[in-house]
Amino acid sequence: MLYYIIKRILQIIPVIIGITLILFILMYVIPEDPARLILQKGATPQALANLREKMGIDKPIYVQYWRYVTSLAKGDLGISYRYRRSVNEILAEHYPNSIKLAFAAIIIETIIGIIAGIISAVKKYSFLDILVTISTTILVCIPVYWLGMLLQIGLGLKLGWLPMSGMGDGSIKYYILPAITLASVSTAFVARMTRSSMLDVLSNDYIRTAYAKGLSNNRVIFKHSLKNALIPVITYIGIDLGTLMGGAILTETIFAWPGVGRTIYLAILQRDAPVVIGGTIILVLIFVVINLIVDILYATLDPRIRFGGGEANY
Amino acid sequence: MADNNNTLLDIKDLRTYFYTDAGVVKAVDGVSFDLKKGETLGIVGETGSGKSITALTILGLIAIPPGKIVSGYIDFDGQDLLKLKQKQLQKYRGNRISMIFQDPMTSLNPVFTIGNQLMEAILAHQKITKKQAYDKALELLDMVGMPDIRKRMKSYPHEFSGGMRQRAMIAMAIANSPSILIADEPTTALDVTIQAQILELVEELKNKTDSSVILITHDLGVIAKYAERVLVMYAGKPVEFANVNDIFYKPYHPYTMGLIGSVSKLNEEKKERLKPIKGTPPSLIDLPEGCTFAPRCRFALDSCRLSYPPNIEIEHGHFVSCFRSKEFYSGSLSRL
Repeated sequence: MLYYIIKRILQIIPVIIGITLILFILMYVIPEDPARLILQKGATPQALANLREKMGIDKPIYVQYWRYVTSLAKGDLGISYRYRRSVNEILAEHYPNSIKLAFAAIIIETIIGIIAGIISAVKKYSFLDILVTISTTILVCIPVYWLGMLLQIGLGLKLGWLPMSGMGDGSIKYYILPAITLASVSTAFVARMTRSSMLDVLSNDYIRTAYAKGLSNNRVIFKHSLKNALIPVITYIGIDLGTLMGGAILTETIFAWPGVGRTIYLAILQRDAPVVIGGTIILVLIFVVINLIVDILYATLDPRIRFGGGEANY
Repeated sequence: MADNNNTLLDIKDLRTYFYTDAGVVKAVDGVSFDLKKGETLGIVGETGSGKSITALTILGLIAIPPGKIVSGYIDFDGQDLLKLKQKQLQKYRGNRISMIFQDPMTSLNPVFTIGNQLMEAILAHQKITKKQAYDKALELLDMVGMPDIRKRMKSYPHEFSGGMRQRAMIAMAIANSPSILIADEPTTALDVTIQAQILELVEELKNKTDSSVILITHDLGVIAKYAERVLVMYAGKPVEFANVNDIFYKPYHPYTMGLIGSVSKLNEEKKERLKPIKGTPPSLIDLPEGCTFAPRCRFALDSCRLSYPPNIEIEHGHFVSCFRSKEFYSGSLSRL
C-alpha cells in the first residue's frame, strides 16, 4: 500500500514537467511582450530593454524554462506580470474560496444525488422514480450560466431571500446559490449513476442470498446493495471534486466569486503567464492528489482491488 | 399425497407464472410433492424445467411482478407459506428453511468478509451477542471442514476457491439448524472431486442435524446416490414422482426413461451408443398443445397431442403423468 502511494506520488513529477513545458511554449508563442504589458504605452526602448533583462525574458526559452523549473522546485511560482506580486500569494488568497465552494457543491451533490438515486432504484417505475428521472434530465440539459442567472433573478432579485453575488462576509447564505449552480449537473449525474448502479447490484446472486438468509429489506438495500453500488459513484464524485476544486470559471464569473477559476480566467485575458502557469500547476496537483485519495478509498470499499500485484485470485 | 404426520412440507398444485412482454412464462405449472422429516428428495430435470423456480417459490424469493403465484399452497408445519407476508416469511428464511445456491462464485457478497456474512446469518435469527455469534460462526466453519478458520473469518470471498466458497455457503445455510435445506444444484459450478466432497458434507450435516434436504440437480448419478424419492420435472410440470428405485428400475414416463437412457453405464457389457432424447425442451411461453413432451416422445400417439395427461398414482406412492403409463404397467408396451 505504502509502496503504491509513493509510486503514485512520484508519477506526479513527469506530469508537472509535461504541463509546464506545454504551457510555457504556449505562453511564449503568444506575440505579447510582458515588458510592454507592464510599462504600457509610451515607454522608451531603453526602459523596455532594461525591464526585459531584469525579468530575464531576453534569454532563450530553454534558459527561461530552466530558471522557472528550478524555482518551481523550491516552491516559487514566480511574479505576476500584471500585479507585480508573488503568484503564490495571489493563489493562496483565492484558492480557499474555490475549495470552500467546491466542498459546498460536493455536499449537495452527494447527499441529494445519492438519496434520489436510491429512492429511484428501490421504487422503480413509481411516481418518485419518474420525478427523479425527469428532473435529472432537465438539470443536465440546462446550461449552468442560465440556471445561475435564473436563480439570481428569482431567489436573489425578485424574492430577495439570498444574496445575488459575491462572498460577502463568507456566511452560509452567500454559498447557497453558487453551490447549487455548481452542483446542478453533477447532482443529476450522481442520481442517475446511483440508480443504475443500484439496479445492477440488486439483480446479483448475492442479493438473493441475502434475502434467503432472512434479512430485512432495509438491511439488504442499505448493507448489501449500497456498498457495492456506491463504488462507481464514489469514483465519479472524487473526480468531480478534483474538477470543482480547479475552480469553476462560469459559476465564479456569474456570481463574482473571488475564486481561482475566475483568477485564472482573468489572467488568461491579461496574458499574465506566471499566474496562468502557476494556477494550472496547483490545479493539476490537487486533481492528482484527489484521484489518489479516491483510489485508496476505492480499495477500502472493494476488497478485490489489491495494490501493487497482491494476492487477488479470480 | 401427505399420508401421515411425518410430513414436513406439502406442496399442492403450485403454479408460478411470469408475465413478460413476450407472453406468460409458465415456469412452474401444477407441481405437487411432499417432503418427509429426515428425507432427501431429489428434483431432477433439464435446464428451464422449473426446478429452481419451485425452490425459490417455497422461500418466497420470486420477484413479484413479473412473477406471480397463480395457485397452490405450500404447507410447512401447518402453515401455508404462500399466505404469509414478506416480513413473516423473513422468520422462516435462513432459519427454518434455508437454501444453498448454484454458483458460489456469485452468491457471496464480494465486499464483506466471510465472517461478517456468516455472523449476519446467525444474528438475523438468534438473539445472542456478537461474541457468541463469532464463536458460533467458528464452530460452523469447522463443521463444514474449513481449514484455518480464524484466518478464514477475515477473508473475503475472492480469496476462496470455489469449493471453499460453497462450504462457506453451506455453513451459512445451516447456521440456524433449519428443518429443510434446499440445495439448488450445489455442485454444478465445481470440479468433480470437489462435487463429491460437497455432497457428502450435505449428507453428513443432514444426518447430524436431522433435517430434510431438497436436492435439485440434473445429475442422475447424484440422485441415485443421495435421494430417497425423486420428482422428475419437464417444462414446468411434474411428470413423475416416486422413490428412487422405482424411478431407475420401473419408470413409467418416457421422459424419465429417456433421461436414464442418456446416461452412460459402467456395468454394461456391450458398448452401446447413448440414446439421447431427440429435440429440445419447448419454450415455456409457447408450449405445445396436449402433453408437452409429446413432440419428443417416441411413444407418443395422436391423442397425446390433444390434452395434457392427468397425474395418476399408478402404484402406491408412484405418480406419473402419461397416457401410456398403464400400458407400461401392464407390460403391453415395452420400455425399450
